[in-house]
Amino acid sequence: MKLFGIKKPGNTTFLILVTIGLFALMYLAGMIVFGDRGFAKPQMFLNLFITNAGLISISCGLTIVMITGGIDISVGSVVGLICMAAAWSMEKKGASPYAAIVLSLVIGLAFGVIQGFLISYLNIQPFIVTLGGLFFGRGMTAVISQDMISIKNPTFLAWAKYKINLPDFLGSVNKRGILVKSYIYPTVIIALLIVVLVIILLKYTKYGRSLYAIGGNAQSASMMGLNVRRNRFFAYVLSGCLAGVGGFLFALNSCAGFVEQARGLEMDAISSAVIGGTLLSGGIGNPVGTLFGVLIKGTISSLITTQGTLSSWWVRIMLSLLLCFFIVLQSIITKRKQKS
Amino acid sequence: MKLHELWRKIIKFRLFFPLLCLGIVLLSNLVQHPDFFSVSVRNGVLYGYIIDVVNRSSELVILAVGMTLVTASSGGQDISVGAVMAVSGAVCCQILSGGGTSVTEFQNPLILALVAALAAATLCGAFNGFLVAKLGIQPMVATLILFTAGRGIAQLVTRGQITYIRVPAYRIPGGYIPGIPIPTPIFFAIGTLIVVALLLKRTAIGLFIETVGINSSAARLVGLNSTRIKFVCYIICGLLSGIAGFVASSRIYSADANNIGLNLEMDAILAVALGGNILGGGKFTLVGSCIGAVTIQSLSTTLYAMNVSADQLPVYKAIVVIAIVVLQSETFRNAITQLRKKEARA
Repeated sequence: MKLFGIKKPGNTTFLILVTIGLFALMYLAGMIVFGDRGFAKPQMFLNLFITNAGLISISCGLTIVMITGGIDISVGSVVGLICMAAAWSMEKKGASPYAAIVLSLVIGLAFGVIQGFLISYLNIQPFIVTLGGLFFGRGMTAVISQDMISIKNPTFLAWAKYKINLPDFLGSVNKRGILVKSYIYPTVIIALLIVVLVIILLKYTKYGRSLYAIGGNAQSASMMGLNVRRNRFFAYVLSGCLAGVGGFLFALNSCAGFVEQARGLEMDAISSAVIGGTLLSGGIGNPVGTLFGVLIKGTISSLITTQGTLSSWWVRIMLSLLLCFFIVLQSIITKRKQKS
Repeated sequence: MKLHELWRKIIKFRLFFPLLCLGIVLLSNLVQHPDFFSVSVRNGVLYGYIIDVVNRSSELVILAVGMTLVTASSGGQDISVGAVMAVSGAVCCQILSGGGTSVTEFQNPLILALVAALAAATLCGAFNGFLVAKLGIQPMVATLILFTAGRGIAQLVTRGQITYIRVPAYRIPGGYIPGIPIPTPIFFAIGTLIVVALLLKRTAIGLFIETVGINSSAARLVGLNSTRIKFVCYIICGLLSGIAGFVASSRIYSADANNIGLNLEMDAILAVALGGNILGGGKFTLVGSCIGAVTIQSLSTTLYAMNVSADQLPVYKAIVVIAIVVLQSETFRNAITQLRKKEARA
């Protein structure tokens, strides 16, 4: 059985199928229960992509890192910092939105390079290094500004509000019988493009395959002649860059920078990857699964907001439960594999 | 030559580095506030900068003890301690208030609330321990679940509100016992340290923890149940987080699910690292971790005195963490030694 280019049949495919099945089940349940509150409209489905565009990019970066057996928990802070830096540079320093794009990418890249260097060349535990990164980013956000900065740059707002209308058959008819066209933002296209690029990178390039080898067993990968350190380093650089892109997509979505922004986002990204079938121990992972992981997270959020009476904390609790379920499932599968 | 040997011995002494760090921080404080070490008695209680630092570091000391055990046995850290503190505080206050948001009288006995709070925290520790020890999941990833869910659970317990307990008796654990000039949290910290130290010294468990931390599979081969030892460490860590949460909630006589223990997991890990313990597990020193905890609190107090806001504080702490782990890194040390050799040759 082949699924989106993953050759290994069995467990890997099984995990992704569980994810896709779970997503379909959840969304279907939402359509049945909340169908009258707009859950059945195509726009509701598209909104999943619109609100989670940044998260898709970030989770893809994390998938790359997690395939090598590492982890990056600094991404939430990097996103917060980028939003703040972009807002600050445009509003307080009069920078152009193009400069803000460059600034975002540079911040992401800098985090990736420094953390990657410490992890791969100095052999420090990824979790400790990126925990340092998490706190550094969060603190720097407060150093730039303690108050919220909303972005009012006209060019930037024009980007943020630019709607792409979809063909009529995807629209829905409102109560007065008028056809309302469905739309997406450019951020969705960027996010999906990133998913495609990461799939190509992991599946069809030598570098991508070597990452799987390193995650499976770093020692044998090194004996096979792979430069483990350099490959690992670039995995973190890539993750940093994708966090940079994701941060800018987040800024486009929120049009503001504030200290608490994207706090806990790393958890969303990690759980998306894990729910999507990426093994925490490394060696196995697929961006397609990750994409569905993000969609599941989005569905939980919109189910809880549509329901109305549950507090926002339930999103985190549900997500944690789901993460717990998948972690346990993975550990059982890994143990079974070791036995056989 | 003699001096050289003495110098070497001093450097080899395990608590040298932690004490050096503490010394540097305290000295910088002394420069800023010449009256840093002066202690006076006001209103029948001790008063002074240094008392304040020790008092405020109490929760961190308690957490650092648990974190040291977890680090030593599993080679990973428990990042859920802050959230577990919030859960413990929430359970305690909710039982005391009997469901109300602000009470002036205990609705249930204090001992019941304390036991329930500690039981909840121990349960959290057991959950982490189960994932790490039984299922073999990386500690930080396993504890990530409670790290995120914990504050949500605490919010559910208090129904999203801040529960106030306006009873004088509830302020004692986080304040002062009438007639005793020393802040009560200090007693909690010292008590915890002594109990755990005795447990480790009087029984073989301290040795077991080190063995499991150095090589888990070798420990299993010599007949140690490494799973159980790791599990016990996480349970102790959960229980201690519960105590810290109780003290923290008593300090502010309320359960604030969003703020109790916020960012303390980072400080606890930092304390363990500053104490000269290797974050990859193995040999450990409890006293070192406690010195580390006090150092961090003095650092925070110093930075607050320099008008650094609470939001900006993580920047400095992150720099300290990274500096410590880089210095601890074997690769880095080897590189430095080789550089020196090259210089000596040239």
